[in-house]
Amino acid sequence: MRRSIVTRFIAPLGILGIMLLPTSVSADELSRASMLSYTCAGCHGTDGISPGSIPSIGCKSADVIEKALKEYRSGKRFSTVMGRHVKGYTDQEIQLIAGFFGTYCNKPTKK
Amino acid sequence: MNNYSRRDFMKWAGAASVFSAMGWPLGALAKMGRSAAKVVVIGGGYGGATCAKYIRKMAPGIEVTLIEQNKRYTTCPFSNTVIGGLKKIEDITHGYDNLRNRHGVNVIHDIAEEVNPAKKVVKLKGGAKLEYDKLIMSPGIEFMWGKIEGYDQAASEVMPHAWKAGPQTTLLRAKIEAMRDGGTVIIAAPANPFRCPPGPYERASLVANYLKKHKPKSKVIVLDRKDKFSKQALFVSGGEALYPGMIEWVSKSAGGTVVRVDTKAMEVENNNGFTYQGDVINVIPPHRAGTIAQRTGLADKSGWCPINQTTFESRKHKDIHIIGDSAIAGKMPKSGYAAASEGKVCAAAVVAELGGLNMPEPSYVNTCYSLVGPEYGISVAAVYRLTKKGITPVKGAGGGSPKVADSTFRNMEAVYAQGWYDSTVADMFR
Ligand SMILES: Cc1cc2nc3c(=O)[nH]c(=O)nc-3n(C[C@H](O)[C@H](O)[C@H](O)COP(=O)(O)OP(=O)(O)OC[C@H]3O[C@@H](n4cnc5c(N)ncnc54)[C@H](O)[C@@H]3O)c2cc1C
Repeated sequence: MRRSIVTRFIAPLGILGIMLLPTSVSADELSRASMLSYTCAGCHGTDGISPGSIPSIGCKSADVIEKALKEYRSGKRFSTVMGRHVKGYTDQEIQLIAGFFGTYCNKPTKK
Repeated sequence: MNNYSRRDFMKWAGAASVFSAMGWPLGALAKMGRSAAKVVVIGGGYGGATCAKYIRKMAPGIEVTLIEQNKRYTTCPFSNTVIGGLKKIEDITHGYDNLRNRHGVNVIHDIAEEVNPAKKVVKLKGGAKLEYDKLIMSPGIEFMWGKIEGYDQAASEVMPHAWKAGPQTTLLRAKIEAMRDGGTVIIAAPANPFRCPPGPYERASLVANYLKKHKPKSKVIVLDRKDKFSKQALFVSGGEALYPGMIEWVSKSAGGTVVRVDTKAMEVENNNGFTYQGDVINVIPPHRAGTIAQRTGLADKSGWCPINQTTFESRKHKDIHIIGDSAIAGKMPKSGYAAASEGKVCAAAVVAELGGLNMPEPSYVNTCYSLVGPEYGISVAAVYRLTKKGITPVKGAGGGSPKVADSTFRNMEAVYAQGWYDSTVADMFR
């Protein structure tokens, strides 16, 4: 199922493309994970680092994020709006989002 | 999910950012020996600024030029707090320095006057001509002057629309401040679809909040071209709790459709020939996709632009993508959050196409806060997926704030409204 990025590039760009490519990476998507996670940045800030009153989610462990999201979804954990959001995501999508922010820590250097 | 390194996770999930960390080869690839792929973005608002930033974030090899007519961007979100006297216009005005310096976006302050879709060239008012591989437009809206008899641009100096933030916002604020106690503020709200469905009702609420404190004998009348509106039950119950009797809403059926204005007599007339007098009159005129989109022939009969629901590419011209208020983005509302979310999906589509990669399945979100009062926030949310019917909300998710909630809950949402503002602005401009 998972096609390597190389096969993806060969077809449209020809053999020249291969040399320039990070062949170690295999990507099933131009990141489904990032597509899902970018939508969170509106409220939680770019890369999950919030400048204001909404909690940051970047630089937290994937486990913590996954657990929180599932608890918001079930209503076990109180939320104002998060419960309404997470109901729109499957378990797998939650894992992708948790994994994205859980492995992403890009603190801005300065304001 | 434990103990993943970022790279391990991305091996599993795949991510453009891994490539960028390793040096995205797109510039070299896309054009094979020619210079980097060129993307031009018209409009530096919620859609365009976010899209420009995210293209650079995903693929630093792509050259991104942003054309924005104004040196600084005043957000419509929170402009009702300026009109209600809670904030100053400077609080909601932002510059393009970070996009330029931190994200390497080539920002040009000029007006995009003409697009040649066949030659793939944008002509600027200042005379420059820019070639593009991909053009993204997020030009916001154009008012249809004269659709309401007597309401043209000159009339908007007397009866401000304040539906594009900036001088119009300040003007409406000044008129409300100058109004006598016991005066009437009229807000004429447009028919669907329009920019910011909850906007007129947030405005009515925050104007009432100001009047209650400073001019308590005054009232607000909303004349509406609709029989129902966004977050209606929440606005009505919040308004009744905070400003009992101060806001009157006249639905379409009850005669809310304004067909004529008279700036001298300071009155508006409805479709039954009945006139309403106002001390301050705010007319939100009908509008459609931004001027440059109209001029390029990207809009259909509805006045808005039909697009591919995954890539946001125009159905009229190849290699031109339209996002934000101008686009017909399925069931997504014309909101800033939606425009930014569309901008990210469009960024991925453009990067994928230029790089010869597959586009990931898109995901779209809208979250909109409104302030009924400074400590009384309400929200509406939706998660969208692509279905056969286009961009469609996921069933069972999203929706409005609970109809019954205590003051702590409403206060929390007011605090988060400010947080929403700070984050969306940072996601565009920081
Ligand atoms: C009172 C009010 C309150 C609102 N509150 C909220 C809210 O709380 N939350 C929310 O999500 N949304 C809110 N909105 C809606 C939000 O403002 C819009 O949906 C959003 O701005 C749309 O983004 P856009 O990129 O399509 O257009 P815009 O943000 O309008 O950006 C378009 C930009 O393009 C520029 N431009 C246009 N044509 C050209 C050209 N030819 N050349 C150069 N530059 C050009 C313009 O100068 C402008 O800066 C509100 C709107 C109003 C009116």
